[in-house]
Amino acid sequence: MATRTVTVGSASGLHARPAALFVAAAAAASPVRVTIRTGEKKAVPAHSMLSVLSLGAKCGTEVVLEADGDGADAALDALADLLGRDLDAEETGDG
Amino acid sequence: MAESTILHGIGVGAGLAAGPAYRTAPPPALPPPVPVTDPEVETARAVAALSAVAADLNRRAETGTGAVAEILRAQVMMAEDPELAAAVAAEIEAGADAAHAITAALAIHRQAFEAAGGYLAERVADLDDIRDRAVAACLGRPMPGIPSPDQPFVLVARDLAPADTATLDPRHVLALVTEEGGPTSHTAILARALGLPAVVRCAGALDIADGTLVTVDGSTGDVAIGVDADAVEATRDAEARRRHRAGSEHGPGRTKDGHPVALYANIGSVKDLHGEVEGVGLFRTELLYLDRADPPSKEEQIDAYAEVFTALPGRKVIVRTLDAGADKPLPFLHLSGEPNPALGIRGLRVAWRRPEVLRTQLEAIAQAARTTAAEVWVMAPMVATAAEAAGFVAACREAGLPVAGAMVEIPAAALRASSLMSTVDFLSIGTNDLSQYTFAADRQCGELAELLDPWQPALLELIAGCTAAGRAAGKPVGVCGEAAADPQLALVLAGLGVTSLSMAPRAVPEVRAALAAHTLADCQELARAALLGT
Repeated sequence: MATRTVTVGSASGLHARPAALFVAAAAAASPVRVTIRTGEKKAVPAHSMLSVLSLGAKCGTEVVLEADGDGADAALDALADLLGRDLDAEETGDG
Repeated sequence: MAESTILHGIGVGAGLAAGPAYRTAPPPALPPPVPVTDPEVETARAVAALSAVAADLNRRAETGTGAVAEILRAQVMMAEDPELAAAVAAEIEAGADAAHAITAALAIHRQAFEAAGGYLAERVADLDDIRDRAVAACLGRPMPGIPSPDQPFVLVARDLAPADTATLDPRHVLALVTEEGGPTSHTAILARALGLPAVVRCAGALDIADGTLVTVDGSTGDVAIGVDADAVEATRDAEARRRHRAGSEHGPGRTKDGHPVALYANIGSVKDLHGEVEGVGLFRTELLYLDRADPPSKEEQIDAYAEVFTALPGRKVIVRTLDAGADKPLPFLHLSGEPNPALGIRGLRVAWRRPEVLRTQLEAIAQAARTTAAEVWVMAPMVATAAEAAGFVAACREAGLPVAGAMVEIPAAALRASSLMSTVDFLSIGTNDLSQYTFAADRQCGELAELLDPWQPALLELIAGCTAAGRAAGKPVGVCGEAAADPQLALVLAGLGVTSLSMAPRAVPEVRAALAAHTLADCQELARAALLGT
């Protein structure tokens, strides 16, 4: 199983816009099924907005991404990169 | 000529409007569970309901901007969550019907959100909104909340809550009509803030079919149903003429013979400021604290206050310190569970438990005032005794705020106005709460509207006591409740000796015009008559 450990980089935590971007990216990684967890808590599907929000991950929280099979490493690299950035600070494009 | 019927209510926002009426729907009650015969069909029904909710929210997100649109987009992703659909299917497999399955599946996340606290706890309302909408879709009921027809409309509701204001687009709403509420209810306050004609306590309003053409007269309280296009046009013309007339007076408020009565604005943030006002008589600071799990930081407060002060160089801004509790509960104060919140820990009383919240706020106001050119005054809400007022004044002085006053909302404070005046620099009468407490009549209870009428002689007598104390001390006494926005009552208040009237900015032109048409002696005569109740 491929694993990445990342520290949440977005100032507001894994909420609102950062969560929406992350969940959309995880859904786009299909058929690779990515899970996310904090600490030793149960891993939840990364493509589930409700589950990801329920983690309550704040800026600086360490999260673990896991996936199996073909393309798992590439998918995790992309998602880990997204999580590590401060998505709140980035241009929204429509502002 | 079309057949039309007339409904009568209490007019609370002056002006006329005409257009199609649309009703808000209340959140649906969960009906008793229904046995499920075909889980597959039931699951399809539940999934279709969630999809309909997502589509509707998505449409709203596209028309919205900024934070509201972002919240709506996050809600869309919650409603479309494949895990939610799976959990709903599992609930249905276990025997639940679609509405109960959705409620149960969302309850798990609701609990997690609440437990996480902070930002997530504030999003519980978003989950509840998804639930209410999905349940309504399952039951074939209209979606709860403010309707969004594709043309400007007259909004008809049982009553409007503060939360409704966030989703109400004033560009699309022509007027407000409610079955419940009263002259000081949120609907009335909202109507004045948006400059919309409004009629409250209008029996039968909820029976108006969506799309029916109506005319609304916010002065007489009449709502005509089933009018024709000519009537709509005539009403709109009359409204345009009325606005033109009201807009023909300019400058500071004064009577015909030049007696000054300052006209101030009631605002919650700088975006409420418009038109010509002499200053701000009530800057509500709750906005900054609402919907949050933690109090705002001092820096955040300084920025917010400075934004308002900067917009009003050389003019007066009266800041009301945090007025939490009762109808404005704040999560971080943990005040819930009071048996009678209106008589509980609210307003200045919050500082008994959390003195640092008031101290931080006063320091932030003082600091923002130092960097800007506005003339900043502060006042405390819900003062009952002269000792409380003195304590507040001392806290203000310590923070470096030179002018400190008290609001008069409690009859005890009005009765002891002279005593309060020995320590404070000014008084500001909040007529909404003062009537609620004088008449033992809940502001939220529409049936008591008559008692809450600001023309009640007992209320006017308390105001007269305050102005007498002000005259004796040579200190100003203003009114910042809804009463100040009524052009007729404004004359009475001027006659009683009130030195400033603060109201929703859109109400200012009419009050200015009314004052300019009467002498001080006229106003005093009207005040005498009103005190007699004639």
